[in-house]
Amino acid sequence: MSLKAIHVLFIVASTLLALGFSGWGFSHYLSSEGAAVDLAYGIGSAAAGIGLVVYGCYFLKKLKNISFL
Amino acid sequence: MEIPYAVQPREDTGLYNAKLGIWLFLASEVMLFGALFSSYILLRVGAAPGAWPHGLLNIPIGTLNTLVLITSSVTVVMAWASLKMNQLSRFKMYQTLTVLFALTFVCIKSYEYHDKFTHYEVVLKDGKSMTGHIEGSPMLWNLTKLNVKKIPSITFTPEAAHGSHDAKSEGAAGASAHGEPTKIATSDIVKLECFGPFHNTYLAIYFTLTALHALHVIGGAIVIGYILFTSGRWWKKNPEQLTNRVEVSGLFWHFVDLVWIFLFPVLYLL
Repeated sequence: MSLKAIHVLFIVASTLLALGFSGWGFSHYLSSEGAAVDLAYGIGSAAAGIGLVVYGCYFLKKLKNISFL
Repeated sequence: MEIPYAVQPREDTGLYNAKLGIWLFLASEVMLFGALFSSYILLRVGAAPGAWPHGLLNIPIGTLNTLVLITSSVTVVMAWASLKMNQLSRFKMYQTLTVLFALTFVCIKSYEYHDKFTHYEVVLKDGKSMTGHIEGSPMLWNLTKLNVKKIPSITFTPEAAHGSHDAKSEGAAGASAHGEPTKIATSDIVKLECFGPFHNTYLAIYFTLTALHALHVIGGAIVIGYILFTSGRWWKKNPEQLTNRVEVSGLFWHFVDLVWIFLFPVLYLL
């Protein structure tokens, strides 16, 4: 497995983390102890998750000539 | 005598020596971190209800470190891609950025550790317990140290809520209000302990996991830095071997980053 394949795996894991963190932020914000900072976490990490998906597509396009193996 | 498959992949495995070596090494690393993660889960599941501390860690700082590591994984793969496209100067730029990101991560982690070593819990003779900071922010003090140094009293700034491990009141995120500084006589103190690895089970496993991870970051940065500084010569002599070594160091770096991707939510959020 090449660095390209591992990087794709890593970006997928990072995207899941960003989306999970976003969910964590929103759920905390909606709870009784919710604060503005929790909303910021939710919005910021959702944006990061979208950014990672865009980057992943760019990366695959840029390195399409390099093997996954 | 030339070592076979140092650069070209072996026909049956499709791997060159270094790549096979790093994958075997990473397999052992998975077992090491896997054992520690399992220990964490078992300790947490086995803790008495409500006893596991929450909110001791600084989430904004942890988030910043996560961003730093994700960015470094992008620069490390871009360095490798640059070599594949015969762009040595771009490779050097990306490789330098990776080392700088690694150093940034370690600096931020050191700040977090320092914060824990200067954050204290004090238990008084009347049974009152407080968490907060000692004036002058001394590191790793305890009651024995106060007695040995013959310090008659300390000026302690407690956090707003005392004796709680709740996220909002603990003040680890630096968001909670502080009480008024109080002078406490050493003779009134029963226990004085900073939030080091010896403070509780959670901090013990936190320091073990993050310190081991930080050692991996430092090791990876040393290897990446070495490749960067020798790349000029290497590129002239054997460009394919340099590209392979960059790939291998990149695989290790991605493993280190992937460990953090698991560590961050487990230690900071859940």
